[in-house]
Amino acid sequence: MMHWLNMGGYWPFVWPSYLITLFALALNIYLARRSLAAAKSEARRRAQTQRSET
Amino acid sequence: MTAPTPTAVSPGRAGWLLVLRDLRLGLRRPGEWLQPLVFFLVVTTLFPLATDPQMSRLRDMAPGALWVAALLSSLLALELLFREDGQDGSLEQLAVSGLPLSWLLLAKTCVHWLLTGLPLVLAAPIVATALGAPYAAIPGVLAALLLGSVTLSLIGAVGAGLTLGLRRGGVLLALLVLPLAVPVLIFGARATALAIALEPMAAPMYLLGAIAVLSATLAPLAAAAAVRISLE
Amino acid sequence: MNWIWFHRLGSPPHFFRIAGKMVPWFAWLAGIAAVTGLVGGLGLAPPDYQQGEGYRIIFVHVPAAVLSTLAYAVMASAAGVGLIWRMNVAHAVAASCAAVGAWFTLVALATGSLWGRPMWGTYWEWDPRLTSELVLLFLYLGYMGLRGAIDDTARADRASAVLALVGVINLPIIHYSVDWWNSLHQGHTLLKFGKASMPPSMLVPLLLMMLAFTLYFAAILLVRARGEVLRRERNARWISEAIGERP
Repeated sequence: MMHWLNMGGYWPFVWPSYLITLFALALNIYLARRSLAAAKSEARRRAQTQRSET
Repeated sequence: MTAPTPTAVSPGRAGWLLVLRDLRLGLRRPGEWLQPLVFFLVVTTLFPLATDPQMSRLRDMAPGALWVAALLSSLLALELLFREDGQDGSLEQLAVSGLPLSWLLLAKTCVHWLLTGLPLVLAAPIVATALGAPYAAIPGVLAALLLGSVTLSLIGAVGAGLTLGLRRGGVLLALLVLPLAVPVLIFGARATALAIALEPMAAPMYLLGAIAVLSATLAPLAAAAAVRISLE
Repeated sequence: MNWIWFHRLGSPPHFFRIAGKMVPWFAWLAGIAAVTGLVGGLGLAPPDYQQGEGYRIIFVHVPAAVLSTLAYAVMASAAGVGLIWRMNVAHAVAASCAAVGAWFTLVALATGSLWGRPMWGTYWEWDPRLTSELVLLFLYLGYMGLRGAIDDTARADRASAVLALVGVINLPIIHYSVDWWNSLHQGHTLLKFGKASMPPSMLVPLLLMMLAFTLYFAAILLVRARGEVLRRERNARWISEAIGERP
């Protein structure tokens, strides 16, 4: 296990690469979901004000 | 298909009239089109001050200094390209005139280059000499800058059309145009470096020429589309 | 050739519904491909005879780099479709590409420089691929900057579409010129992976990771595009049904 984590001495380069990638992918999931949720709540608010006007 | 125009003017004649009008307007305000030239001179003066004033060192740096300065001053000039005409509505008149807008914009871009690009090319021999280029290199430096500055104006016209009328257009314009100008910068600086080293510079000049031709055909079309969108 | 599916995708309610159904599929398949690819790449694949274990960065670097270009291609095609057929949904898709694509570009740059440190001895080499990747990042930033500077959505859509198309014509020229520029300054770099020279034990995990990244991109793209469609179609009646708001 330690041998594998060591990556033949290249661990300071291999693991940060994977961490950066993982971070960016996770961040994009979060950003995309937040953007959709914001659009939904805005649409909902709009629908409500429209209904109260009519 | 084309909208009927009150006075039928052929596109060729319209382009020529537009060239004359823009030239006349531009020449009335020398302060405006001289600014890029002064900027070019100031920036190229700063390079030796910021580094080593030894002629041999300067000579290595001259192509880079010349081209970065030329790129920045052409960027500075771009804001003048459509601003006035966009504000007073004459650009709108051109768009609804029924004449091909891309052609008219090409005419405008040519005048813009004549007023802001050409002075810079003409000043280049002095700057290049000051940066240590030998006299025999001057024709090559001139040729490369001539082709390159035309291309920069053409590419810039697209960016100017896209940012027309935007409040914070200046920095955005730079961000849009600079990546697109990378090939011109590379081939232009390389051609200039070869000219200063008194070596044959045909290869980068051909490539620079190819980009110039491509820009001259496609950039006006894109600029026309951009201007139409911005005017909506 | 039946084009009805294409026209139906152009209708916002239909797109919103279909995209919502497709997202979990893409997401799960991306997860499965990523797990198998990682097991293969980090566990089963043998070390490279030149670079030892250090080459394993390839399994995130190359997919990110490929996707950064693919995202731009998708963005430009969608922008072109939106511009020509005035399709709102296509504009929504194009607008959704930029941010994800820029992140892929950033990841490709970061992992590339981490790979460069042990192999070239420096974090940043003016390697042609890294340099054109950097220019690509600037193109993405310009696209997003233009979009952010224009308040009117319709105008932002069309203006940024023109920019995306100009960029897509320019990308090969930029790539070629950077290649040409670099070949004058330095010899071939150490890192050369020909597909033919790669054993299947390395190639299969790499392809799996590329598949995983592509599916991930598709899922993110659809989630974002759904949001963009909602923003563009604010007052339509279908919205209140689509978001589960019963009148």
